[in-house]
Amino acid sequence: MTSMSGIRADEPARALPAASEQALVAALRRGDEAAFARLVELHTPSMLRLAGRYVRSRSVAEDVVQETWVALLEGLDRFEERATVKTWLFRVLLNIARTRAVRERRVVPMSALDGDGGDDGPTVDPARFLPPDAAGWPRHWASTPYDWRDRPELVALSREMLETVRRALEGLPERQRTVVELRDVDGLSAEEVCAVLGLSGANQRVLLHRGRARIRQAIEDVLDGPR
Amino acid sequence: MTGPGQDCQDVVELVTDYLEDALDPDTRSRVRGHLAECDGCEVYVDQMRRTAAVLGAGDPLPLEPPMRDRLLTAFRDWAADRTPPS
Repeated sequence: MTSMSGIRADEPARALPAASEQALVAALRRGDEAAFARLVELHTPSMLRLAGRYVRSRSVAEDVVQETWVALLEGLDRFEERATVKTWLFRVLLNIARTRAVRERRVVPMSALDGDGGDDGPTVDPARFLPPDAAGWPRHWASTPYDWRDRPELVALSREMLETVRRALEGLPERQRTVVELRDVDGLSAEEVCAVLGLSGANQRVLLHRGRARIRQAIEDVLDGPR
Repeated sequence: MTGPGQDCQDVVELVTDYLEDALDPDTRSRVRGHLAECDGCEVYVDQMRRTAAVLGAGDPLPLEPPMRDRLLTAFRDWAADRTPPS
């Protein structure tokens, strides 16, 4: 069981400020192994999970992650100040993983997909609202959604709830899933996700919105039963 | 005032832009006005916030020692091959 206070996006370790970013690059250039070890602890689990989306096996995912870290080290002297280590790592990881995936003929690379994969309808079932020609309150909630604030399943997250959310995440179209994972699971900022994936701010928000809305629906189905 | 953000069915599609503070000032103020009066949409915004929080609430994945060792070995190899700064 995990409490809501364990939200990882709030952990300061996930957001390195710009000044310490330069210090970090300098430490790596000096060959500071402790600095490298801390960075590896922080990012490798997310990198392994992300790489695992693209390649066939755990061992190939590990190769992709190692290749990414070595590329970082070898590129340190050319490291540009405008990139942060974190966005650089995730961007290079995705490039390497997608190249492997194409070689394995496993997935269509993200850049080949347009928009959000044809998923552009309403994110909430229109049947939940009064019809547009309703007298009184057209297009308003037909019945108010239930308040989640005191639901014990969400206050102290049950294993079932975490499993529901994991499955819903797995079921999202690839671009939505990648954006939602990077934002909400890995705690990257909107700007970082745009930099990693080469998305506009507006595009990033559309994908985040559609992805979160589907997961919200999955949670609701568990709490209320399907409507 | 007219424009998006008056009906619940519009508001639910604006929730993420609202939470990301990406709405233009007019739309933002319409959405705020709507949320102040509409229990259903106020609950919906809370549900979307909570959805994001639940996604981030799983235990962080541990880094397994063999992978950690492998990366530290790669680091040492890199550091050893490096020409010392002159």
